[in-house]
Amino acid sequence: MNAIEFILAGMLAAATPFLLAALGELVVERAGVLNLGVEGLMAFGAVLAFVIVHHGGGHFLGFIAAGLGSAVLSLVFAVIALGFRANQVATGLAIGILGQGLSALFGKSYESLTVKGLPKLGLPWLSEIPLVGGLFIQDVVVWLSLAATFAIWATFAYTKIGLVVRAIGENPKAAHAIGYSVITVRFAAVAFGGTMAGFAGAYAAVVYTPLWADGMIAGRGWIAIALVVFGTWLTGRIFLGACLFGAVSLMGLAAQASGLDVPSQLLASLPYLVTILVLGIISADRRLLKLNGVASLGEPFER
Amino acid sequence: MSAFSAAFLPVLVRRERGSLAATLIAPPVALAAATVVNLGLYVLMGRDPVAVAYAMLLEPFLSWASFSEVLLKTGPLLLIAQGLAIGFRAKVFNIGAEGQFILGAIFASAIPVWFPQATGQWVWPVMLLLGALGGALWASVTAFWRVKLNANEILVSLMLTLVAAQFLNYLLLGPWKDPNGFNFPQSVMFQYDAMVPILIPGTRVNVSLLLTIALSIAAWILMQKSFIGYKLQVGGLAPRAASYAGFNEGWAIWLSLLIGGCAAGLAGAAEVAGPLGQLQRSISTGYGYAAIIVAYLGGLHPIGIVVSALCMAVLYIGGDNAMVSANLPIAAVRVFQGSLLLAYLVAVAFVRYRLEWRRAAYRSQP
Repeated sequence: MNAIEFILAGMLAAATPFLLAALGELVVERAGVLNLGVEGLMAFGAVLAFVIVHHGGGHFLGFIAAGLGSAVLSLVFAVIALGFRANQVATGLAIGILGQGLSALFGKSYESLTVKGLPKLGLPWLSEIPLVGGLFIQDVVVWLSLAATFAIWATFAYTKIGLVVRAIGENPKAAHAIGYSVITVRFAAVAFGGTMAGFAGAYAAVVYTPLWADGMIAGRGWIAIALVVFGTWLTGRIFLGACLFGAVSLMGLAAQASGLDVPSQLLASLPYLVTILVLGIISADRRLLKLNGVASLGEPFER
Repeated sequence: MSAFSAAFLPVLVRRERGSLAATLIAPPVALAAATVVNLGLYVLMGRDPVAVAYAMLLEPFLSWASFSEVLLKTGPLLLIAQGLAIGFRAKVFNIGAEGQFILGAIFASAIPVWFPQATGQWVWPVMLLLGALGGALWASVTAFWRVKLNANEILVSLMLTLVAAQFLNYLLLGPWKDPNGFNFPQSVMFQYDAMVPILIPGTRVNVSLLLTIALSIAAWILMQKSFIGYKLQVGGLAPRAASYAGFNEGWAIWLSLLIGGCAAGLAGAAEVAGPLGQLQRSISTGYGYAAIIVAYLGGLHPIGIVVSALCMAVLYIGGDNAMVSANLPIAAVRVFQGSLLLAYLVAVAFVRYRLEWRRAAYRSQP
C-alpha cells in the first residue's frame, strides 16, 4: 500500500470525529450561539462510550450514552449562557475544563485499556477499484456521518426548521417578533451540538483509536470549531475541511511508516500548524467571513 | 393549563445599574456552591466528604510548610491572571497562556542548558527576562494573526499552546535531554546561579513572589489609574465609541497580548528557575487554564485577582493533599476548577440582573 492509498483509505475515518463535532457546532453557531466547550464535550462523551463498551455494553449503547451525556453537559452551558445570559466565551471555556476534568476523573481506572473497534463495511464493486477502492471500505459510523452531513445540508437548504434556525442566528429580535421562541430554538441547537460532540468523542475513543488515554481528544474539539470558520458556516466546505484534517493527521503516520527522518513531535503538531495557517488564510478575506457569517453570533438575547 | 398559568415563574430583569453588593458576594457564593457540588460528587465516588474537605480546604492553612507551598503556587497563577485580565477587559481572549508559559520556561532554560558553567548574580535575572521575551514572542504570533489576518485569537492561541507542548517534548526527548539523566525526559539540573534566590528561609518561596506582587501593583495602576488602561477598557466595552475617539483596536490587541505573553513567560521562567530547577515535561499543571478562572473569579480586577489566585492555589495544594490522604484522583481539581467558574458565571448574573417572580400567564402574553 503506498502513501496515497493509505491516506485515501483512512482519511474518512480520521475525518469523522472532526466532522461530527463540527456539524454540531455549525448548527449551534447558525442559531447564534458560540459554544467553545466542544473539546470538553467530546472528552466527556469519549469516556462514557469507553466505559460502556469496555464493560460489554456494545458500541450502540456506548454512542447513545456519549450522545446523551454530552447533551446534558451542553445543556448546563445553555442554562448558564442563555438562561443567565453569561459571557458565552467564558461559559464555553468552563464547560471545556469541566468536561476534560470529568473525563480524566472517570477514565482514571481505564488508563491504557483497550476495546474492540467496529468492522469495516465495503460497498460492492466500488471498493474493488484499485487505488481509490479503500475510500469505500468504512465502518458504519462513517457512513452514518456522511448521511448526517447531507441531512444537515438539506435541512438548512430546504426546510422551514433550517430557515427558522438561521433567522434566529441572524436577527433574534425579528425572529422573536414573528413569534418564534429564540431561547427554545437555541437550547435545542446547543443540545444537538452537544450530542454530536458526544458522538465525535465516542468515535475517537471506541472506534478510531479504541484505547483509553487521558487527553486523547488532543485538540480535535478546537479544530472542529476552527473548521466551522474554515467552512465559512457552509456544510459542504466543512466536510471538505474535515477531510483535509483527516488527511493531515494521517500524513504524520504515513511519514513515520515510510521512515522519514522528521521528529515525531513535528508530525504530531502538523494538524495544529495547518489550523493556524488555514485560519489566517481564510480569515484574511474579510468579505468571505461576512458573507456567510452569523450576524448575532455570541450575543445574548434579551427581549 | 389554568393551574399552570397561576404559577409564578422566575424572570431575570435588567437592573438600572450594576449591583456592587452582588459583585462582592458573587465570588464567595460561587466558591461555596462549587464546594458543596464537588463534595457531593466525592460522596458519589465513595469518598469520605469530611476527610476530603479537611484535606482540601483546611490542611493547606494548618502548617507553615504547606502554607508556604500555597504561596509558591500563588505566584504563577497571580502573574498569568493579571496579564490575562488586562486582555479580557479589552475583550481580547488570549487563552493560550499555557503555551506562552511553556515558551517562557524554554527560553529561560536556554542559559543553564547551553552555558551550564555560567556564574554570577546576573544569570537568574537574565533568565527571567528571556522568559518574558519568549512568552511575548509566542503571543505576538497570535497578535499578528489577529490584527493582520483577522483570525480568531482564541483558536490561534490555543493551537499555539498545543504546538508549544510538542516543542517542549521535542527538546526534552532530543537536543536538551540530560545525557546523565537515566533517559528521563528532562534537562540538566540548573547551576546555583541560575536559581532565583529563596525569599523565606526554610521554604521554597523565592524572590519571584516579590516580583509578582510588584507587577500586580503595576497592573492595578495601569488598569485603574492610567489613560492606557482607560483606553483598553473603552475598547473592550464599546469598540465603536473607541474607534470614533481615535483609539486604535489593533494597538489594543497587540498591547493586551504582549502583556499577557510577557507575564505568562515570566511565570514559566520563574517556575524552572525556582521550585523545579530544571526543564521538565510537567513544568505546568495547567496554570495557563487555571489563570483564566482566577482572572474571572477576581472580577478582572487586579485586587480581586490577588484573592482569587490565593484561593486557587489553596485548591491545588489541597487537591494534592486529598490525593494522598483521601485517595482522590488529581483530576478532581480540574473538575472543581470548571464547576467553580460555572458557579461564578451564574452568581455574577445577579450583578446586572435581579430575579423577579411573575405569573406565568403574564409572561406568555405577546
